[in-house]
Amino acid sequence: MSVEEKIEATPAQAEAKQNGALLSIQDLHVWYELRRFGFGLAGYVRAVDGVTFDLGYGEAIAVVGESGCGKSSLMKTILGLVKPTKGDVVFEGQSVSALRSKEMRWYRSNVGYIQQDPYGALAPFMSVQGILSEPLIINGIRDRVERNERIHKVLEEVKMHPVGDFIPKFPHMLSGGQQQRVVIARSMILEPRMLVADEPVSMLDASVRVEILRLLRGLQESHHLAVIYITHDLSTVRYFSERIFVMYAGQMVEKAPVDTLLNRAAHPYTHALMEATSDPDAANALKFRDVPPGEPPSLVQPPSGCRFHPRCPHMIKDLCDVERPPEFEPEPRHQVACWLLR
Amino acid sequence: MTEKKVLLDVQDLVLHFRTTRGPVQAVDEVNLDLGYNDAVVIIGESGCGKSSLAKAILRLLPRNVQTYKGTVNIGGSDIMKLGDEEFRRNVRWVKISMVPQAAMNALNPVLRVGDQVAEPSIIHSGLDKKEAMRQALKMFDLVGVPQDFAPRYAFELSGGMRQRAAIAMSLVTTPELIILDEPTSALDVLTQANIFNVLKRIKQELGVSYILITHDISTSSELADRVAVMYAGQIVEVGSAADFFPAPLHPYSQKLMASVPRLRTDIEPEFIVGQPPSLLNPPTGCRFAARCPQRFDRCAEEPPTYDRGGGRKVKCWLYA
Repeated sequence: MSVEEKIEATPAQAEAKQNGALLSIQDLHVWYELRRFGFGLAGYVRAVDGVTFDLGYGEAIAVVGESGCGKSSLMKTILGLVKPTKGDVVFEGQSVSALRSKEMRWYRSNVGYIQQDPYGALAPFMSVQGILSEPLIINGIRDRVERNERIHKVLEEVKMHPVGDFIPKFPHMLSGGQQQRVVIARSMILEPRMLVADEPVSMLDASVRVEILRLLRGLQESHHLAVIYITHDLSTVRYFSERIFVMYAGQMVEKAPVDTLLNRAAHPYTHALMEATSDPDAANALKFRDVPPGEPPSLVQPPSGCRFHPRCPHMIKDLCDVERPPEFEPEPRHQVACWLLR
Repeated sequence: MTEKKVLLDVQDLVLHFRTTRGPVQAVDEVNLDLGYNDAVVIIGESGCGKSSLAKAILRLLPRNVQTYKGTVNIGGSDIMKLGDEEFRRNVRWVKISMVPQAAMNALNPVLRVGDQVAEPSIIHSGLDKKEAMRQALKMFDLVGVPQDFAPRYAFELSGGMRQRAAIAMSLVTTPELIILDEPTSALDVLTQANIFNVLKRIKQELGVSYILITHDISTSSELADRVAVMYAGQIVEVGSAADFFPAPLHPYSQKLMASVPRLRTDIEPEFIVGQPPSLLNPPTGCRFAARCPQRFDRCAEEPPTYDRGGGRKVKCWLYA
């Protein structure tokens, strides 16, 4: 897709906001095959098992969950790196799994990706100039002057001042925070409409973390970007997103606007996550945390019924361990998959 | 808090590394003390020298050490005077043990976990193999690893279980002091909370002392009796947890505290402009001065450490 077409698309964007979702995830299942010695199917890893949600234009959401809960598989499927086993990812009315290579290029230029580990995400032998030129070259911007202009502009936007000093530098010459800015600049350079940020600040120091989150928030607002912020850290989500989705063992257990979730969380797993998150307070050292023991289940043979039931303090016998809870809605825009709300 | 008997007393500890670009001043005249059944948390950002401090105390040093001096008293004897072999036999894992960062990689992949946990008691406590294994299984119970995990290999264990095994290994010779270097940084929040519960229980039951090294202020409060804040190779503030968390004194501590995102209060976090100085050529004067909102003329000189009473010390001219 050329630049002109993309600019034209921008006013339509605002209009389309009223009409519905930018991204729609419909009953998504991502199962990985397990093979025995390369032959014969030994089962499936059910990394994502029936996830449904809509993301509006310019909306920021957070997906919170522990490692192995399927949030990375969800992200990879949204990026089109993994094909869904069942269900669909629909971006602007187009099914992502059905896109051919040329359309895929259009899709990827519309979706920016911010990796977790900035140092691992940047090629060590390429300068900042090279790193930021590559997406432009691939997307057919042949004019060197135009490329350089856009590189300057995007580096200004991620606040790498003075821009000229950073352009010839290589990743190892930059601090962690600056590397992450380059990663963000790369994700922004094609002027996408959606960003997928996979734990963008978990590798950074506390003092830099807030700076990067604020930068992302600023970009999200000024460019009217839809953002999927994937994290395990509940304490950062309130500064960033409008809605929070809590994921456990491949399923969404609770979806709610930020304030609702932080004040009126309903799922026992969400309660456990909140209990386990500390704020700096000397009293913490004096008490034991009331968190469920054990670890998330294997996704090869997940527990029957509610997947949290083996660890849940409120388990209802013959219900939670038998039947998967449907989504209950205790209040508008707040969905909880838990039998306690029946 | 009552005055505690001193277990560990570190004075003017210096550790500089030799590099092609000049000496790296990783640990610069650090003073630290610790009582029995006490826990001090060393908070600092990456590259501030906090892991080097742990290694300097345990004398686990690489080859490119340029300067290594100061005194480290444990239980009244200066272990800096000991020869390397004596240090290995009488101090390391006997008096002080360590839970390394990223326990995933700290376990030997080709040894059974039980054998690894038992090994220190064979070497340091002189137990025979059977006796050592019994001791190891006792530690497994204490940290919450099922006993039938002993014949497994590290890759068969989850991250949380591996971390527990590493803690068991640090406990097996019943040292008085355990250094925890970012023990939970790679773990999920629920696992992390469970591990901190285990560490708290061990402190209560065995009466050990901890030095916890971390960059995470929120979780550091889970274990801290006292807090030491480290910046650019120096300790800039020490105080009891009850004093420190509500009102830190040093401008760096204040800024760091303000940068913590909080779950339970709606305070917009701030960030610290700029970067920590290079330890190759740290600035003269106060090392935080370039980023400090409260700097004044005097900050061009290095501030002394002022004693504010009640064990509270701060290295800043504002408290002159």
